[in-house]
Amino acid sequence: MEDEAPVIYGLEFPARALCAQAAEADQIRFLVGTQSLRQENQVHHIDFDDENNVINKNVFTHREGEIWHMSASTLDKSHLATCYNKTSESRAEMKAAIWKLPSDFDDISTEDQSSMQPLQLVCRLEANDLGDIKSVMWHPTGDGCTIVGLADSHIVLWDIDTNGSSAKMSSSAGLEAKGQPRMTCCSWDPHHNCVQIATANDTCIRGWDIRNMQQTYVIDNAHGQLVRDLDFNPNKQYYLLSCGDDCKVKFWDVRNVTEPLKVLSDHSHWVWSVRYNRFHDQLILSSSSDSRVVLNNIVSLSSEPYGNLVERDDEDNDDTEGSNPQEDGVIATYEEHEDSVYTVDWSTADPWVFASLSYDGRLVINRVPRAEKYKILL
Amino acid sequence: MSAAGGIDEDPEQRRKRHGMLKMYYGLDKDEAGGASLDPCDIDGAHFNKDMYLSKLIQEKSLTELMDKESDMLKQIRSLDSDMQTLVYENYNKFISATDTIRKMKNDFRKMEDEMDHLATNMSRITEFSGSVSQTLDDRRQQITKLAGVHSLLKKLQFLFELPARLKKCIELKAYSQAVRYYTKAQRILLQYQHMPSFQGINTDCVHIMEQLAATLKQQFHDKQSSPRQLAECVDLLLQLREPAEQLCEEFLKHLRFSARHKLDCDLEELQYQISWTKGEASPQSPERPAQAYTSTPMDVLEFIDSGCNGFLSNMCLVIASYNDMFLNKQDNEALENIAMKKLVHFVNSLMEQYFQAVKMRIQLERETGDNTILVRALDRFHRRLQAMNKLLPDTDFSRAGTDIVSSAARDRVDHYLESLKQHFADCLTDVRQNLASPRPAGKQEAALNLGELLSGVQLNTVDQVKSVLINLQVFIAPDITFAMKPYFRGAFCTTGVREGLVVAFVRHLTTVCHDFCEGGGERGAAPPALLLILSRLCSDFENSTISYLITLTEEQFDMDSRNEMTSISDLCNEVKVTAQKLLNHYVKVQGLAISQMLRKSVETRDWLNTIEPRNVRAVMKRVVEDITAIDSQVGQLYEEGVRKERSSDSSRRAHSYSASQQRRGQWAFTPSIDNSLISNIQKLFSEKIEIFSAVEFSKVSVLTGIVKISLKTFMECVRLRIFGRYGLQQIQVDTNYLQIHLWGFVSDENLVQCLLDEIVCSTVHRCLDPVLMEPSVIELICDRG
Repeated sequence: MEDEAPVIYGLEFPARALCAQAAEADQIRFLVGTQSLRQENQVHHIDFDDENNVINKNVFTHREGEIWHMSASTLDKSHLATCYNKTSESRAEMKAAIWKLPSDFDDISTEDQSSMQPLQLVCRLEANDLGDIKSVMWHPTGDGCTIVGLADSHIVLWDIDTNGSSAKMSSSAGLEAKGQPRMTCCSWDPHHNCVQIATANDTCIRGWDIRNMQQTYVIDNAHGQLVRDLDFNPNKQYYLLSCGDDCKVKFWDVRNVTEPLKVLSDHSHWVWSVRYNRFHDQLILSSSSDSRVVLNNIVSLSSEPYGNLVERDDEDNDDTEGSNPQEDGVIATYEEHEDSVYTVDWSTADPWVFASLSYDGRLVINRVPRAEKYKILL
Repeated sequence: MSAAGGIDEDPEQRRKRHGMLKMYYGLDKDEAGGASLDPCDIDGAHFNKDMYLSKLIQEKSLTELMDKESDMLKQIRSLDSDMQTLVYENYNKFISATDTIRKMKNDFRKMEDEMDHLATNMSRITEFSGSVSQTLDDRRQQITKLAGVHSLLKKLQFLFELPARLKKCIELKAYSQAVRYYTKAQRILLQYQHMPSFQGINTDCVHIMEQLAATLKQQFHDKQSSPRQLAECVDLLLQLREPAEQLCEEFLKHLRFSARHKLDCDLEELQYQISWTKGEASPQSPERPAQAYTSTPMDVLEFIDSGCNGFLSNMCLVIASYNDMFLNKQDNEALENIAMKKLVHFVNSLMEQYFQAVKMRIQLERETGDNTILVRALDRFHRRLQAMNKLLPDTDFSRAGTDIVSSAARDRVDHYLESLKQHFADCLTDVRQNLASPRPAGKQEAALNLGELLSGVQLNTVDQVKSVLINLQVFIAPDITFAMKPYFRGAFCTTGVREGLVVAFVRHLTTVCHDFCEGGGERGAAPPALLLILSRLCSDFENSTISYLITLTEEQFDMDSRNEMTSISDLCNEVKVTAQKLLNHYVKVQGLAISQMLRKSVETRDWLNTIEPRNVRAVMKRVVEDITAIDSQVGQLYEEGVRKERSSDSSRRAHSYSASQQRRGQWAFTPSIDNSLISNIQKLFSEKIEIFSAVEFSKVSVLTGIVKISLKTFMECVRLRIFGRYGLQQIQVDTNYLQIHLWGFVSDENLVQCLLDEIVCSTVHRCLDPVLMEPSVIELICDRG
């Protein structure tokens, strides 16, 4: 049962932004945004052919500026939102906009690779004078037409109309604290009718109710230093994952904010990104500027029944190792990157495939080891 | 008789003469034969005169022959005279012997006559005595008869008087005498029961005796009566053939009641003592007159003493009397067994309660500092129990006693462990206070501080452990009986002192240290210097202190069996891991502190619109200062460590400059080419740098760790910003400054170089207008700064 080798795809420019094409449930698709100050930036639309282990790509230009953050629409698979940096001689501003992919893989087969199509602008997400837009999120299930963004110390909500051609800022809420707090990241709780989001600023994690834009909980000093990423457990209510500059990944139950449920310290530098697997939430991916990606198996805090299932004993009589109850621990450490890995994301189509992107523009598509896969499936 | 004649003679001569006599009678034939077979020996038995003569004639000259002849003549003459004297002497003796024999013959004849006379006289005396006894025989028989009648009458009189006597005895309360009288008469009365008069007496007696029995029983049931009285009662009742089993039962019941009463008193007293010791009870307690005189609470020795003297001696008395009464009769085995069982049951239940009380009391002793009194008390207790054991062989109180003793010992060990922990915590608090207190102005004094603190903690801890060990040694002093029991000693020394105290303390130390690493770090609980001290402490423990302490313990407590114990190396390993962890944590904390500073400095500046660099930024100077301070801090506790490929100090500065110049030259030539390519190629050839990795126990390694963390942070922060031309140049100046000042701290200067290059490279990348500064200008600025 040898695992297939990871597939590596190189971009010419440094890159930070990566996301799975969320509305695409059949094909393994990722979107990568480059980050280059002086050259024209691109969005690479990556298609991974699992059977042949081959990558197909579509490259679109993103003329507005370097992409810091990107998220794919959950409504329409051709839509995506980017947060980009618009620079002039003495100013650098962070803006956000919704774009449409001009073509998909199905209809570009005849297209010439050399001429890159630009992304079609759908609408800009204006935040008035609230500040630089750090990140945007689409509604997690794709049922609502709301987009949440972080602008410095504010949370901004936009409503987009059904044909998706315009977006209107519907409400915003600010964080009142001294020293100009800046929100670094956010995550949208997919439970409870999607009315809660969590944001992080400095070392705190805050929960918000977006109906009335009120703060619901605060985890002070969640990490020793800056919190870099958050992710809600997609299958288990109240469970939140966070990571930060103290090299740790922490599990929280937002009903009890005093103590983390579990702390992982597998990295030797800042942890930049952390993701629950959407299908099997015991699989946790984390990426760090020590240029490693770590895949953890945390069964004890997952939505899967913990410990032995009765019928499992009967099935696994011949395989004694497999019948052992699974324990928490690192499944694999991926060392294909040479530079800091700033983002990592699971495919929305295949539960066993994920992509990681390092600053030097290397995109690596990897799979969960087969042994582990069968352990979970059987 | 020959001796009589030759007394005055020379013994030499005498032997010679005897020899000749013997020879004459042929007595010494074999002896002579053995002496000389030489035919030429004139004194020999095999003397051959012809041979002798011819030999003489052949060998000797004439004069010699003449001389020999005269000599021989002389010898012959003397031999002749000798012979004559001998014959004369023997003759005389023979004559006197004949005379003696004759005289003896005459005497014997006279004696024989007298013997005959005596025999006749004796036979006459026999005759006379026979006739006398014949005449007196009748009278004697009569007298014997009369005497018999008299005694019978006396007995009868006793019997007739018996009821009255018994009554009188009972009136006088001389119960034992009454019983003695009755038992004497009982048999006869029973035998002659068929005679009406005897029957009357018998019924009277039985009646009286029943009364007596009733009285006795009443006394028996009386709660006030003492054990001695009770014993007497039981004895009497037994003689009166009361059922023994029931008696044991009742006896024991009574005893139990009284003992429980006593025990209750003891317990009550104990409770009082306990509350007294806790300081809750007031000294005035009128309802307890017994306590009125105790102005201070009893110490444990007194308590045990009173227990021994009161309860245990009562117990012994009970057992002894019970043994006398029920057990040593040797007539009924089954009964004896039952009685024994009852006794054992009884004693066991009471002892249990007593043990309970003692346990409670001893537990009160947990907190006191003085062992000797406790040990003496325990010893006394143990001895008393052993004595008990001898009295009642079926039970094993000494085992239970030893259990109590060992649990007391364990308590002590636990207590000491607690106090050691407390002490260690105090030490740490002291250190923290010392660290937190404002230092005196002079830097030298501050520098001395850490080493002193470390040795202070170390000495303190070791001393404390030692003193505890000495305190605990009281438990195995040679004059303490229970200390000699292998059952106690083994467990106490190994699981108690070695494992429970020393090993547990070391483990505690490691957990405390671990806690510092785990929880405290993030919220800034433990000052970094403390981490450093603890780390050094742990590594010292690993190197020497642990083996010293364990060996000391083993010596002092005389342990031999080393199996099933934590080995020194295991313990050392644990401590080593802790030391490593602490040091790593120290590196992390310090690294993060500097990182934080760098991060803030990069984040808060507007790099796009900055002016042309004129100075090294203050924060860089601050970083270098801090790292220098850390260097001196670590240097106090850890030795230097190994560096990679050192070039001589004089050439170092120039060398590093040229290296950096070279690289910067590269950038200068190729500013337009995508820099990531260069950095990627560089990375291909350099090894991956572990940022937060384990460090070695050396100054250089620690510093390298801290520098690595700081520079990596610097790079990550730079990548998040956008720089203008001057922003980039400022970073160039800053990194150059760091390069100049940081190489001395790390093990591999290439590492610093590499990280700094990457920072500049990243900055170039994030720069809108990447125009690099001239290296000479950078140097100038750095030199000025």
